[in-house]
Amino acid sequence: MPSAHSVPSFLRLLAVAVPVIAALALLPRFAGIYQIELITYGLAFAIAALGFNLLLGYTGLLSFGHSAYFGAGAYTVAFIARDLHVHSMELCILGALASSLLIAALFGYVCVRHTRIFFGILTLALSQVLWSLAFKFFWVTGGTDGIRVPRTGITLLAGLLDFRGPGAYQRFVYSYYYYVLAIFVMAALVMWVIVHSPFGKALQAIRDNETRAGFVGIRVSRYRWIAFIISGLFTGLAGALWVPLNGLTTPEVLYWPFSGEIVFMTVLGGFRTFFGPIVGAIAFNYLKVYAVASSQYWQLVLGCVLVAMVMLLPTGIVGTLGRLADKLSKLRKS
Amino acid sequence: MEILVIQVLNSIFYAAVLFLIAAGLSLIYGVMRIVNLAHGNFFAFGAFVSAWAVGGLFGTGGSGGLALMGQLLLLPIGAFAVAALGAALEPTLLRPLYKRPEEYILLITFGLLMILEDVIKLLFGGTPLTASSITDALGIIRIGGLKYPTYNLVVIGIGILACLALWWFIYRTRFGVILRATSQDRRMASALGLNVGRVYVQAFAIGCFMAGLGGAVVVPAQAAVLGMGLDFLILAFVVIVIGGLGSLEGALVGALIVSFVRTAAIQFYPEMELAVLYLIAAAVLLVRPTGLFGRA
Repeated sequence: MPSAHSVPSFLRLLAVAVPVIAALALLPRFAGIYQIELITYGLAFAIAALGFNLLLGYTGLLSFGHSAYFGAGAYTVAFIARDLHVHSMELCILGALASSLLIAALFGYVCVRHTRIFFGILTLALSQVLWSLAFKFFWVTGGTDGIRVPRTGITLLAGLLDFRGPGAYQRFVYSYYYYVLAIFVMAALVMWVIVHSPFGKALQAIRDNETRAGFVGIRVSRYRWIAFIISGLFTGLAGALWVPLNGLTTPEVLYWPFSGEIVFMTVLGGFRTFFGPIVGAIAFNYLKVYAVASSQYWQLVLGCVLVAMVMLLPTGIVGTLGRLADKLSKLRKS
Repeated sequence: MEILVIQVLNSIFYAAVLFLIAAGLSLIYGVMRIVNLAHGNFFAFGAFVSAWAVGGLFGTGGSGGLALMGQLLLLPIGAFAVAALGAALEPTLLRPLYKRPEEYILLITFGLLMILEDVIKLLFGGTPLTASSITDALGIIRIGGLKYPTYNLVVIGIGILACLALWWFIYRTRFGVILRATSQDRRMASALGLNVGRVYVQAFAIGCFMAGLGGAVVVPAQAAVLGMGLDFLILAFVVIVIGGLGSLEGALVGALIVSFVRTAAIQFYPEMELAVLYLIAAAVLLVRPTGLFGRA
């Protein structure tokens, strides 16, 4: 329920979001099939980064274990498709949401008792439990080979669209793009409502001053736990959407450097703003794909970008652009 | 019975290597409050430098007492290289960020982790390097009817020596007092006229030296491969979480617990080998957030 105060900011959201969504919807007319695939990856990661940022940007908790929820979502879809022979993507997503909810609720219950560095290490340690299980129980998870989720085994919109026969690849890329775009828009809207709700304000109060927030009557660890669960749900949803695109899920998405990549995306875009993680996720995906394609030393490239960002542009892409826009408008006024 | 002895020796060997890495990580955290995600790659860097130096100069053909002596003397070169690297990185990359929230330092070390991974690939190539000529030259000893490489015993010795030296250094020297004072109250130490900036460089370099030494002692027994840093970093994390962040005794006890539990898990239920370690770490954090030996 948006309060009277947040109505102008809702209009601002519309002013930014409507042109961007329109541009994204028209994109397949201009861009090639490969670009569409890359943007789809970027949008899926953007959902993960949005969820992650509810903890980092709005609650002030740096998780180094979000690979757990992404991987939980991804592996759940793979298990449902392989073992239950369910093809409907919607059912797979529901399953993935349920499993990431369960794991986030369990891990979150443990983790929110701590803050700062202990929180980071605890999330990391717990996420690595899942990684080592996926890695070692190879007769269930396929070990390092992972589990294949072929796009022929997936149908969208309750079986309305399937991807068999000639031209299936093209059809899959374009329909899946719109599918992910639609879910992304819904997810972003839900997140926007969450962070602007009284609950979101309470999280920000906890971030800024835990003690005062407690005195005002906010149940600090309860709120952190709920934020943790929502965050895990978003990241699990992202993992579920990512699997058919990738066609395969491996323990790599559960390994802790992937958690680092989620942090990287968010910081690249700027974690002090709502749109930062979205921009960061899409930019990071492009950066990584082109770094991997152009050099075998792509980690060096990414590492240098990260170090340069942290040293020179700590507010990220969106934060820096925002400051530039402020300066420009001031110049124009004077 | 002999198998038990071998397993115990293996555990202590593994604990010695883990202790070297974890003690460095713990020292850096204790003094500077930095969780160094690149620490595992410092360890890997030390391993590669040592293996490259020993393998490059002596090849596999080095024989005789003199050649062995030379190789053993050359082995710690990786530790010194990593210490120099750390001494160069702290003032350039980390120092400008001390005033910012701690998340940024964590991110810088994550960036450093990625950079180092590829720098190792760039310098030493993708093929595994080893200094196994040392293990070969030292031969084996017999325990009952079983054979055991003598070099592993040397590593256990180095681990014990390093532990004693570090303890003496921190609790019995003037520099150790300065280090502990800075770790307890940085501003007070600075107000008393200590050059905190210099203490930070030194602490970081010593921590890196320990990681590099861990890498150096490991290469005669197992090859240096790309990605070895990531696995060891997480194990070192588990060690210092169990023992207590910033505690030397904790690193020792944690290393022993981790290696014995791991050896036992491999023996009885290998699928749980890693999971059980992370679960122990999580359990310790829940019951005693500061670890077994940590201060509040």
